[in-house]
Amino acid sequence: MRTMGYLIKRNMKLFFKDKGMLISSLITPIILLVLYITFLGRVYKDIFIQNFPESFEIDDKLINGFVSSQLFSSLFAVSCITISFCNNLIMIQDKVTGANNDFITSPVRKPLIIGSYYFSTIFSSSIICFLAMIVCFIYMGIVGWYLSVIDVLLIMLDIVLLVLFGTTLSTILCYPLKTQGQMSAVGTMISSGYGFICGAYMPISQFGSVLQNILSFFPSTYATSLIRNHTMRGIIFEMEEIGFPNEVVTNIKNSVDYNTYFFGNLVEVWQMYLILGGFIIIFIMFFIVFYKIKLRNRKKIS
Amino acid sequence: MEEILIVKDLKKTFKLTAKQRKINKTNDLYKIAVDGLSFKAYKGEIYGLLGPNGAGKTTTLRIISTLIKADSGDVFVDGIDIAKNPDMVRQKIGFLTSELKLEDFFTPNYLYDYFSALHKIEKTLSEQRKNYLFKKFGIEDFKEVKIGDLSTGMKQKVSLVISIVHDPEIIIFDEPTNGLDVITAKSVTDFLIELKKEGKTIILSTHIFSLVEKLCDRVGIIFDGRMIKDDSLTNLTKEKSLEDVFFELYDERIGEKYE
Repeated sequence: MRTMGYLIKRNMKLFFKDKGMLISSLITPIILLVLYITFLGRVYKDIFIQNFPESFEIDDKLINGFVSSQLFSSLFAVSCITISFCNNLIMIQDKVTGANNDFITSPVRKPLIIGSYYFSTIFSSSIICFLAMIVCFIYMGIVGWYLSVIDVLLIMLDIVLLVLFGTTLSTILCYPLKTQGQMSAVGTMISSGYGFICGAYMPISQFGSVLQNILSFFPSTYATSLIRNHTMRGIIFEMEEIGFPNEVVTNIKNSVDYNTYFFGNLVEVWQMYLILGGFIIIFIMFFIVFYKIKLRNRKKIS
Repeated sequence: MEEILIVKDLKKTFKLTAKQRKINKTNDLYKIAVDGLSFKAYKGEIYGLLGPNGAGKTTTLRIISTLIKADSGDVFVDGIDIAKNPDMVRQKIGFLTSELKLEDFFTPNYLYDYFSALHKIEKTLSEQRKNYLFKKFGIEDFKEVKIGDLSTGMKQKVSLVISIVHDPEIIIFDEPTNGLDVITAKSVTDFLIELKKEGKTIILSTHIFSLVEKLCDRVGIIFDGRMIKDDSLTNLTKEKSLEDVFFELYDERIGEKYE
């Protein structure tokens, strides 16, 4: 345990002290914030307002609360994954610099080393995401707070799940990589592409039906929708409370991916948990099998 | 004399990529890095592996250090088979190359504790040894300074100390003075002499004759992965200098190759 603790602490220290790595992990959330400030905030607002007749008066607090909760969910849907990816790049960096040779020549078993990368990624990513969550809560508190204690707890659970999902996925993708070039290629692809495919930059409901159907096979779609369900649950409840027509509320839910469909069938929140949890387990099992096969092949060669 | 390292008929082949075949201008799919190499090292001596670049020195040391596996052959460290018990072997060896891999953000103090934990050394014991080594090699004064702010010589000292946190029986140094300035190189050779005085066995790979002449008790000369000569430095240099012996063997080898 002491060895594992030291390995995890070392990886975490390395990540937080390497400003380049830390900043690159925050690039995606920064992009999202810039997009929000420049035009995305207005787009979210328009999507919301277009559900109402022009004469309909809506409280500014409600609009701002709606927009900020959508931004909040988008931010976390993408950050939990990209931050985990950047965190896990330490694993490749150690291979590139040869630092992993120091571990191999010490009496530390390889699964322990891999485990240390996995857990340090979870811890470091969680620290950043929870800090960002506090900032987001403060912002939401200023512009329009509609969350209950249960919502806050569920959001925290979602963040943990998303970080777990991102860490497991990134471990599978990063483990076979060996060079700096491969490392930056994967980092760039994930940072720039994930936001689009998970519906963080733009709700998936705004895409064409073919693309929507393709994306419905990706667990990222449900990860975004899950956290969105919890950040927006309070405000949706408020809309129903103040008497918004059911049709309007449903339209809003559909337009922002609060409701997510798999070939026309509504996917419930518990199903999203199952999908996400299932994928995490499948990815972990896949990695273990992949690692064992690789180990067996290596033994055969030698 | 007590045998502490036995290397028997060691073989290692590497598969060449298309790019490597093109660079080496060969159609061979494999390159033989180590070809039936055998030698022994005795307790408390400095054994030098001497050979040109690509002779198989580093591959041999990497096999002994359990970094890579041999295709065939046996290596015993203090009687332990490295293929069967690599973890036990790792407790008995320290491995260091000239490439510094210490992360700039950490201090020597932190790195020492970290590697000590990896080697599962009990905390009080680790503290005692740290104080002893830091004082002995003058690291005490800069133990809390980040590695990035240290000079190459200081970094090399830290690397050396870290490679022996677990007080290994055998210390393996792969080209320890490569790329170092004269002052740093001197501190490394002094360090090796100190370790020998402590009764440690040192396996050294180099292509620097003066280093071998200064430090080694026995020498193994390797060409193309094969042991060409394995003898004490005194015997080897009875009539000629080590350099002359080496190039005589080298010329013979080249002659054989092209006959």
